[in-house]
Amino acid sequence: MIRGENLSKRYGDTVALAATDIHIQAAATTAIMGGSGSGKTTMLRLLSGLIKPTTGHIWYGDEDLCAISDKRLYALRESMGMLFQYSALLNSLNVYDNIAFPLHEHTDLDESVIRTMVSMKLEQVGLRGFEHLMPSELSGGMAKRVAFARAIAMDPKIVFFDEPTSGLDPISAGVITTLIRDTSKMNRMTSIVVTHDVEAGLSIADHVILMWQGSIIARGTPDVIRNSDDERVRQFLEGRPDGPIPFSRSTTSYVDDLTHRPGTVRLEK
Amino acid sequence: MSDTTPVNQSGMTTFFGSLGRYAMRGIEQLGDGTRLGFHALSLLFVKPWQGKHFIIQLYALGVGSLAIIIITGAFTGMVLALQGYYTLAKFGSESLLGAGVGMSIIRELGPVLGAFMIIGRAGSSITAEIGIMRVTEQTDALEMMAVNPMQRIILPRIIATTIAVPLLVSVFDVVGIGAGYIVGVELLGVNPGAYMAELVAKIEMIDLNGGWVKAVVFGFMIGTICTYMGYRAQPTTEGVARATTQAVVVASVGVLIMDYILTSFFL
Repeated sequence: MIRGENLSKRYGDTVALAATDIHIQAAATTAIMGGSGSGKTTMLRLLSGLIKPTTGHIWYGDEDLCAISDKRLYALRESMGMLFQYSALLNSLNVYDNIAFPLHEHTDLDESVIRTMVSMKLEQVGLRGFEHLMPSELSGGMAKRVAFARAIAMDPKIVFFDEPTSGLDPISAGVITTLIRDTSKMNRMTSIVVTHDVEAGLSIADHVILMWQGSIIARGTPDVIRNSDDERVRQFLEGRPDGPIPFSRSTTSYVDDLTHRPGTVRLEK
Repeated sequence: MSDTTPVNQSGMTTFFGSLGRYAMRGIEQLGDGTRLGFHALSLLFVKPWQGKHFIIQLYALGVGSLAIIIITGAFTGMVLALQGYYTLAKFGSESLLGAGVGMSIIRELGPVLGAFMIIGRAGSSITAEIGIMRVTEQTDALEMMAVNPMQRIILPRIIATTIAVPLLVSVFDVVGIGAGYIVGVELLGVNPGAYMAELVAKIEMIDLNGGWVKAVVFGFMIGTICTYMGYRAQPTTEGVARATTQAVVVASVGVLIMDYILTSFFL
């Protein structure tokens, strides 16, 4: 359903994403996993059309996201939702208005119908009765759940999840993971989940893409990834500091830095 | 001597190099900001209409800035009357006080000081608000909810400042002239008939139009610069702080430059 061809993204001299192809299955959950700086969020923002690729094309069916007009892009986005890493709730609106926002914007539904729909979404995320609270009055977990309710308010076909469980306690993370899995199955949504939470990613995904240094290094079902022999995949899944994926990104020797800088440390034998 | 020449050349090169880079960046930002302003304006007649959001911004900008405009206008008129009276008294022309205060305020001080107050009171908050929306990904969230932030966030603020500034400047003018009257007539003993007669006789329609044209142009500039700075702010806390400072400085300097250009047209 969504295809990226020869996608790359550069910021000046920095390569955030090397030229790569990606295929997202329709009505399935795809987890894009990888360490910090691996390019997974860049990939998500490219696929959602929030940023333009340096090279390549993104196909939604037979429409090239990089070539369509703004008007068409906004029309496509009416069938999309997105859960942002830091929730991105509109802080001038309360919980009710945040969830009702896309409904107010894109439908002519009566307010009583919108109220019922918001109430259903809030019940789904377990926050009914909190409609009047402002975003600043919510905990991180609650804000994520409100953002989830907003992302699915229009019953979208495609939902993007950017680090949905990061910064949450295990219970809140579990709630969000369950919500993503159940809602995706129930609504036959195409869900694209960017996460570095291995357990969450493997448990909710039908298909997993693993990234490192701006490239895809593995893809397949969760079982294929779990049983992979690739040392990089094994290191990521097992969370080992030693392996082909270096923990340290320092470009010079620490000892050289200390000993060769004038007026600093001198190591005696 | 021969030792110092290369150093001087190097210093000169560095100086002009930096100057050139600043100039290029300035021109780039000017072009980018102008493009953003006119892009937002091009969405004025595109559905969905932003009437409600425009009214909200107009209220926040206009009513919110009213107190500071009244205070500034009053004290400007009072100081002008005080200074003007003692200057005119040397020539025995105290009766011209009304015309002096009125012309100074309507043609120059009203639009410029009013614009400065609005930059400080509302422009900085526009930049900070939009910058924070960028940092917290709220503008991206709007994009993903198929709402164009240019139309929803930028356009209503530019239109609101373009309309609010002339209205506030008019209030500034009336209050300033009134305060000048109180100081001149009530405190310094200028003849009230002479104050009003000279005011009406010397101020022509071109003076009023000049003041309003300035106010409209300043309003558009303030709206465009402050929204642009917020929208293009680096998405960090420091980036928003820097953008807010830059917005105030650039908008204030821009008002002074544009004031000179417009004054040369209306003289």
